[in-house]
Amino acid sequence: MTVTKDQIESHGLKPDEYKKIKELLGRDANLLELGIFSAMWNEHCSYKSSKIHLKKLPTKNNIVIRGPGENAGVIDIGDDDAIVFKIESHNHPSFIEPYQGAATGVGGILRDVFTMGARPIALMNSIHFGLPQNEKTQNLLSGVVSGIGGYGNSVGIPTVGGETKFNSTYNENILVNAMAIGHANKNKIFYSEAKGINKPVVYVGSKTGRDGIHGATMASAEFDENSEEKKPTVQVGDPFAEKLLLEACLELMKDNSIISIQDMGAAGLTSSSVEMASKGKLGIELNLNKVPCRENNMTPYEMMLSESQERMLIILDDKKEEEARKIFDKWDLDFVVIGKTTNTNRLILNFDDKKIADIPIPALSDKAPLYERKWTKSKLSKNKVKIKDLKKIKIEDALIKILSSPNHSNKSWITDQYDQVVMCDTIQKSGGDSAIVRIHNKDKAIAISVDSSANYCKADPKSGGKQIVCENWRNLISVGAKPLAITNCLNFGNPEKPKIMGEFVECVDGIKEACEFLNFPVVSGNVSFYNETNSKSIFPTPVIGGIGVIDNLKKIVNIKTKKSGNLIMIVGKTLGHIDQSAFLQENFSIYGGPPPEINLVNEKNNGLIVLKLINENLALSVHDISSGGTLVSLAEMSISSGLGLKIYKPKKLTNSFEYFFGEDQGRYLIEFSKNNLKKIETFLKQNSVFFEVIAEVQNDIFEIEKTFSLKTKDLHDYNNQWYSKYNAIN
Amino acid sequence: MKSSVIVFPGSNCDRDVAVALEKLQFKNSMIWHKETELPKSDLIVVPGGFSYGDYLRSGAIAAKSNILSEVISAGKKGSLILGICNGFQILIECGLLQGALLRNSGLKFISKDIFVKVQSNKNKFFNKYKTGEILKLNIAHNEGNYFTDKKHLEELENNELIPLKYSDQKGNINLKTNPNGSINNIAGIFNKNKNILGMMPHPERMADKVLSGEDGLGLFLSLMN
Repeated sequence: MTVTKDQIESHGLKPDEYKKIKELLGRDANLLELGIFSAMWNEHCSYKSSKIHLKKLPTKNNIVIRGPGENAGVIDIGDDDAIVFKIESHNHPSFIEPYQGAATGVGGILRDVFTMGARPIALMNSIHFGLPQNEKTQNLLSGVVSGIGGYGNSVGIPTVGGETKFNSTYNENILVNAMAIGHANKNKIFYSEAKGINKPVVYVGSKTGRDGIHGATMASAEFDENSEEKKPTVQVGDPFAEKLLLEACLELMKDNSIISIQDMGAAGLTSSSVEMASKGKLGIELNLNKVPCRENNMTPYEMMLSESQERMLIILDDKKEEEARKIFDKWDLDFVVIGKTTNTNRLILNFDDKKIADIPIPALSDKAPLYERKWTKSKLSKNKVKIKDLKKIKIEDALIKILSSPNHSNKSWITDQYDQVVMCDTIQKSGGDSAIVRIHNKDKAIAISVDSSANYCKADPKSGGKQIVCENWRNLISVGAKPLAITNCLNFGNPEKPKIMGEFVECVDGIKEACEFLNFPVVSGNVSFYNETNSKSIFPTPVIGGIGVIDNLKKIVNIKTKKSGNLIMIVGKTLGHIDQSAFLQENFSIYGGPPPEINLVNEKNNGLIVLKLINENLALSVHDISSGGTLVSLAEMSISSGLGLKIYKPKKLTNSFEYFFGEDQGRYLIEFSKNNLKKIETFLKQNSVFFEVIAEVQNDIFEIEKTFSLKTKDLHDYNNQWYSKYNAIN
Repeated sequence: MKSSVIVFPGSNCDRDVAVALEKLQFKNSMIWHKETELPKSDLIVVPGGFSYGDYLRSGAIAAKSNILSEVISAGKKGSLILGICNGFQILIECGLLQGALLRNSGLKFISKDIFVKVQSNKNKFFNKYKTGEILKLNIAHNEGNYFTDKKHLEELENNELIPLKYSDQKGNINLKTNPNGSINNIAGIFNKNKNILGMMPHPERMADKVLSGEDGLGLFLSLMN
């Protein structure tokens, strides 16, 4: 039976795409085959709009073991230790069902990491919501946070940090990006490429249900209120099953019985089997009667397209089947041989002794459509704000307004719902510039930071793209880590619109330029398009997750000021760029103008020099200057320690607001002992780094000379109220 | 000293407590829940985590597992048993300890560093601490809100069967310093013979200076005394 026009359309395939399917098959497709094509050719799985541009990103250097294209990226941190990591979006499902959407986002990214033989050691996230006063926000925030915690806490992987932001652009499209980081022996990494023919294809993990059918296709379209009945049931997560699957897989991986392994994520059994066969240039034949099903009378169509969670596909060494089965029996998980590898280069599906699908593998992968979409350059806003035209406010009021705003408030209401220390290797939880997790049983650690700057990217996508990479790099440096590599999650609107595609292309260009300059390769990532509702797109929101290494645990620093009498200097030049600043947004609701400029030369130089100061024990506490500018960063250092600061008035005749709230890039605050001032000055001058001493640490009082004086404790309170008030149970 | 850590499907603090024990030279064995025999041990630990996914009710399914009947009989014979977090929930579900652990009063999972005040050191588990000493420990649970009837509560209070109460850094024990709604700020309890301890805070998470502190080490050191 051939498929109808309506069926083609409802599978999200365009008429010319179906024409191509017919050519590739040499005949019409049946409904099952159509479903399979739709699952493999959608944006989420095929990267058809983004691939051409993603190829530009730097993905290799001497520490990269495996770049993009696998379940996760792999980097070398020395001594046979490898770090496996990736970030991924779960935006669409989380908006429909926040708890399960977020939970299964975490589950999926964990599987990507342990599929490769790594034990997950940390989770991070970046979550974006609409304005707090938007009626949906509170429910979404609370559901997403519980979902992230509910999954990670139960599996027993610490959620060590992340970011939470609010902006009206996400009112109808929230972002939930989850990142997982694992540790493996670099000689024991597992890949998805199938090898050898007649090898058993084994299904392990949970049973297949009817949940999430066509989830990936739906995540590749704008939300459409009229297709309610086609909306997927969002997948339901079972962290308990995930924990068992994790332990069983890692136990099996001690041995050499796995030839290749792939988790069943988006597009479930379809994409996992196709991906393994495609990478190995082999065929795969499955008997769908063998697939463990949770519900009765499931059809082949449902089995192939279900996105039930906590499942894996393994190609095993045929001699090791019994040993492997024993391990999965021990963990009470299904272990069923459902097919074999073949040399036919085709995906062949059998059911009730009949061949029900027969598709050449390359048709689903290499020959999937690839689009060089039209794009237009973004118009940049040149309107610069003049401070003197604004209503007069006091510096301290502006500071308090920012510190108590949703975007800058202390997030312990969120992070107290995440187990941050299970596994007993968390050295620094959230709240600092980067999270720090020790490599188990070793005297070294990794630093992790997740960052985004949608406002900057909206104002200037290319510069914004550069900025996030730089900010991420800076956050890693600020704890004493050597930045190594990143993963990215690129959240955008509908790529079929040239303006949106332009934002994407320019952001990627910016990321590329910064990553190349900083030798900071992209080793994994994910693209999420169609974050649009009723044709209203989100701001371009690339999210960067970076990893750095700390070779000596004694060289770690944090943002807490240490001792009264110590001095604080700004490293990097303050120009007073006030457009796109938190100061203008929080105090005046002004959103226009260009973002701060990125100078990659200074960025790199300043960062490497700060790292040297940390390694020589000269920098006692460090904080990068980001959203909110110098004064907000100084306040955060004070709030963190409880000590006060005496801040000097700017020496040159600059505007105080621009000086204290400008968001010029490439800057750090460092605390040091007075005795070391000369030494540090000489060192910075020799390396042509601009600096100025700006404050002295004191007890209790946070003040700017002759301007204002506040109790640090009060600053702490201003910074700590918003979340609990917002979420108070009435 | 020999110790056994029981491992259920879904346990996730089993490795953490084993690391702390081994650091103090305990000879530790990990015992899988399907086992029917328990090796001779001076200490049995029922670790934290989400045994059986916390499905049905935290600790309820684990309380019916093979190995638990061995743990119960060892406990009745006077073996030292430590249940941490989910382990405390399991010890209550299997009847070795009395009372109930309800959902946190704030209806959210809570994970943070808190303070507890040692109420009594006249027992095997806290003899290395001073009575009145304040410890910084970490909690991570959704059901840690201890409740029991009036009669049992009096028995606990009158017989030094509550070794730990939630407090602040100065030792104030009141509603403000109670993270989960637990009756009388109870963070842990003993059975009558004080050989079985259940506690919500995780001592194994405060056993390493590089991480967040060593206030939990005293508990394991006490057991070696």
